[in-house]
Amino acid sequence: MSERQIQLEVLRYNPETDSEPRLQTYSVPCLNEWVVLDALNYVKDNLDTTLSYRWSCHMAVCGSCGMMINGEPKLACKAFIREYADQIRVEPLANFPIERDLVTAVEDFIAKLASVKPYLIPKEDKPIEAGEFKQTPTELKKYKQYTLCINCMLCYAACPQYGLVPEFLGPAAIALAHRYNQDSRDGGRDQRQEVIASHEGVWECSFVGACSEVCPKHVDPAGALQQVKIASTIDWYKEHLMPWVKK
Amino acid sequence: MEIIKADVAIVGAGGAGLRTAIALAEADPKLRIALISKVYPMRSHTCAAEGGAAGVIKSDDSMTDHFNDTVGGGDWLCDQDAVDFFIAEAPKELMQLEHWGCPWSREPDGSVAVRPFGGMKNKRTWYAADKSGFHILHTLFQTSLKYPTIQRFDEYFATDLLVDDGRCQGLTAIAMMTGQMTQFQAGAVIITAGGAGRMFPFTTNGAIKTGDGMALAYRAGVPLKDMEFVQYHPTGLPNTGILLTEGCRGEGGILVNKDGRRYLQDYGMGPESPIGQPVLKTMELGPRDRLSQAFWHEQRKGNTVQTRWGDCVLLDMRHLGEKKINERLPFVRDLSISYLSVDPVKDPVPIRPVVHYMMGGIHTDINAATPLPGLFAAGECACVSINGANRLGSNSLTELLVFGRQAALSAMAYLESGASPSNDAALAAQAGEAQARITSLFAKSGGAETLSGLRKEMMDLMEEHAGIYRTGEGLAAACDKIFELRQRYADIELHDKSNVYNTDLVQALELGAMLDCAEAVTVGARDRKESRGAHQRLDFTERDDQTYLKHSLAYYQPKEPPHIDYLDVVITKSQPGVRDYSGAKK
Ligand SMILES: Cc1cc2nc3c(=O)[nH]c(=O)nc-3n(C[C@H](O)[C@H](O)[C@H](O)COP(=O)(O)OP(=O)(O)OC[C@H]3O[C@@H](n4cnc5c(N)ncnc54)[C@H](O)[C@@H]3O)c2cc1C
Ligand code: SF4
Ligand code: FES
Repeated sequence: MSERQIQLEVLRYNPETDSEPRLQTYSVPCLNEWVVLDALNYVKDNLDTTLSYRWSCHMAVCGSCGMMINGEPKLACKAFIREYADQIRVEPLANFPIERDLVTAVEDFIAKLASVKPYLIPKEDKPIEAGEFKQTPTELKKYKQYTLCINCMLCYAACPQYGLVPEFLGPAAIALAHRYNQDSRDGGRDQRQEVIASHEGVWECSFVGACSEVCPKHVDPAGALQQVKIASTIDWYKEHLMPWVKK
Repeated sequence: MEIIKADVAIVGAGGAGLRTAIALAEADPKLRIALISKVYPMRSHTCAAEGGAAGVIKSDDSMTDHFNDTVGGGDWLCDQDAVDFFIAEAPKELMQLEHWGCPWSREPDGSVAVRPFGGMKNKRTWYAADKSGFHILHTLFQTSLKYPTIQRFDEYFATDLLVDDGRCQGLTAIAMMTGQMTQFQAGAVIITAGGAGRMFPFTTNGAIKTGDGMALAYRAGVPLKDMEFVQYHPTGLPNTGILLTEGCRGEGGILVNKDGRRYLQDYGMGPESPIGQPVLKTMELGPRDRLSQAFWHEQRKGNTVQTRWGDCVLLDMRHLGEKKINERLPFVRDLSISYLSVDPVKDPVPIRPVVHYMMGGIHTDINAATPLPGLFAAGECACVSINGANRLGSNSLTELLVFGRQAALSAMAYLESGASPSNDAALAAQAGEAQARITSLFAKSGGAETLSGLRKEMMDLMEEHAGIYRTGEGLAAACDKIFELRQRYADIELHDKSNVYNTDLVQALELGAMLDCAEAVTVGARDRKESRGAHQRLDFTERDDQTYLKHSLAYYQPKEPPHIDYLDVVITKSQPGVRDYSGAKK
């Protein structure tokens, strides 16, 4: 198995002892099939037990390990060493406050997710005993892509608008609202729209599309945003120019 | 120390914990619910489950078949009253998830689709492509956001239960962002903290599955049940342990050895079914324990394929074709290509058995209650037991839901029965002791042991002696050694003295929990002198119903290895019989 010595430059910051972040370099013998997370684990187990970062699944599904790798938002468990040169820089996700080392504060993101009413608001009441809401594979396909979000926040780290206007709901939260809006079982679009169409909702997005580019799950939040924006515009016209038309 | 008062405190916000919290919030909007988790809920390992969740819904299936598959699959170590309850509740719970928006895969007519799974006589596994656990977890998390009474304490690490007056009245947990110890005072506590696969070096389990919840209960005097039963999943990627779901075989994937032979037919699971037309309950759709054991024998016979990562067999899915693989198993394809550089559309994938699931856990009854009043448990950390000596694939996700909800209902009934007022001073004193234990961990310096060193020794022991096949001699050695590791654990030094997000501390606490669980596994396995389900002894090769048709109960002892006791299995209608997975006789 081929082994390569990698210089892993890691951003370190301990709010109790450091006045500002600094970079620390570790020399790590890496197997070519490793991901950056394996290198971090090597450091943690063998070189420096004080390094802090989040991870769990090691299979790109829990969304814990988002970080900047050579300046790009990536999942550390899906960033293969073989795709990098011998020096790799690892920093916490951009646009989020650093708590410590590679650990950022994510409360704002969680609050935004929660704010869009991301749960089914059924079109019709139906008791459990009456069985499932029928949904054809075609209807499922309409929103399926937007269910794949692992809440890794890479899209927020890539979003120039979120960096400038922290109130912006952001790609994943809007994609999640869109997921429920597009679900044939759901009737809650109007309720969600109130949140989304507000100032910090979709209007902030300048369609750079960086979010969809970095998304490891191909959720295409930019596409969702665009659709939501169009729908909101139509709502606006209906309300203001054609008040006799029911939404 | 900050004191947080709640009616019910839940430790763990995975599938089981979230289902519990929602059931409580729905049943009584006045209840104060504290949902405590060492990771944000959607990071919980339920997200990794791929295959699906079992529940009878189709007209060609029956409750009786699900019962027999589960009890036979569990080698008759399941409590049959609990299995009956579980099976009856299963479809309701899965339907409830449908009503909450879970994106289940569908039939063309819009009804929910089911797929075949190992050890099941009929198709009954509900699935959402091959990300079923992920979708279940996110549906539950998102639904939980509807209920303002569910107060979440994300990234709080539970350290000790508070037990006074013979009942559980809360717990202590460290707020990881600040390092502050917090006392949760609660009328009832429900543990939903997941499994402990990380005791082993090669596992499908995420880093968080370290048996913390089991250890919490165990140290508070609640026995751990059937810990010797550890499930290997037959198809893990050899370099990382990443799982390729049983759905691969359910959809028609086959297992072959180095000669291209479908070797399962040589281990009582034949005759060969036609390629691409899997026959239920035979060959590749046999139960996990049998398949993993067959691998071991093939390895001994020299029939395995040599790879850079050790001996493997091949999972061949090529005949399914690209379209079906993309539609039903997209995640499997992505994982194999990314992590092993093998595209299942083009090549067979090398795989080997990998530690997957703990059948054992906190001793609970059919009501999800532990013997300690005020303490309940559900999910992988609990052992009811509906899984017996070998869990059937896709029963676990359903179990989280059924017993998660049941734990909530039982806790409410317990609260309504009216407990006497708590002795606040006594609880505060206990919380103080918990705090002192952490402080002393920090204070130690010059310790001779390293955390990663001890952890590796434990993992190596477990792999060598508590794996697919075990011997009395090996297990006895492992018991002694793990007991020694428990002593040496006292000598580890924390190098990270910070209060903020101290993962050195968290890993130390996790290692402590794993050592306790590992000892319960090895001692239980040493004392069970028979072979049953996932527990196979080379020195006692037969099942011994005379002596061991019993659950083992491991009781914690601080200065000694656990004391093992036994409890009769509840048998209502199915007497122990032969586990038949040969298609020939059907
Ligand atoms: C790769 C994989 C695939 C699987 N596929 C299937 C399948 O297809 N079908 C099936 O039925 N089963 C499957 N299983 C099994 C099933 O997914 C698990 O048994 C189940 O998800 C466990 O859920 P849980 O809620 O009990 O625990 P988890 O989801 O692991 O959650 C545990 C929770 O406890 C919390 N916690 C733990 N310790 C502490 C502590 N000290 N303090 C505070 N909080 C704590 C964690 O933060 C987490 O929130 C699979 C398992 C794996 C690993
Ligand atoms: S949309 Fe994509 S990048 Fe954004 S949080 Fe979800 S998975 Fe991550
Ligand atoms: S560790 Fe789970 S996404 Fe990387």
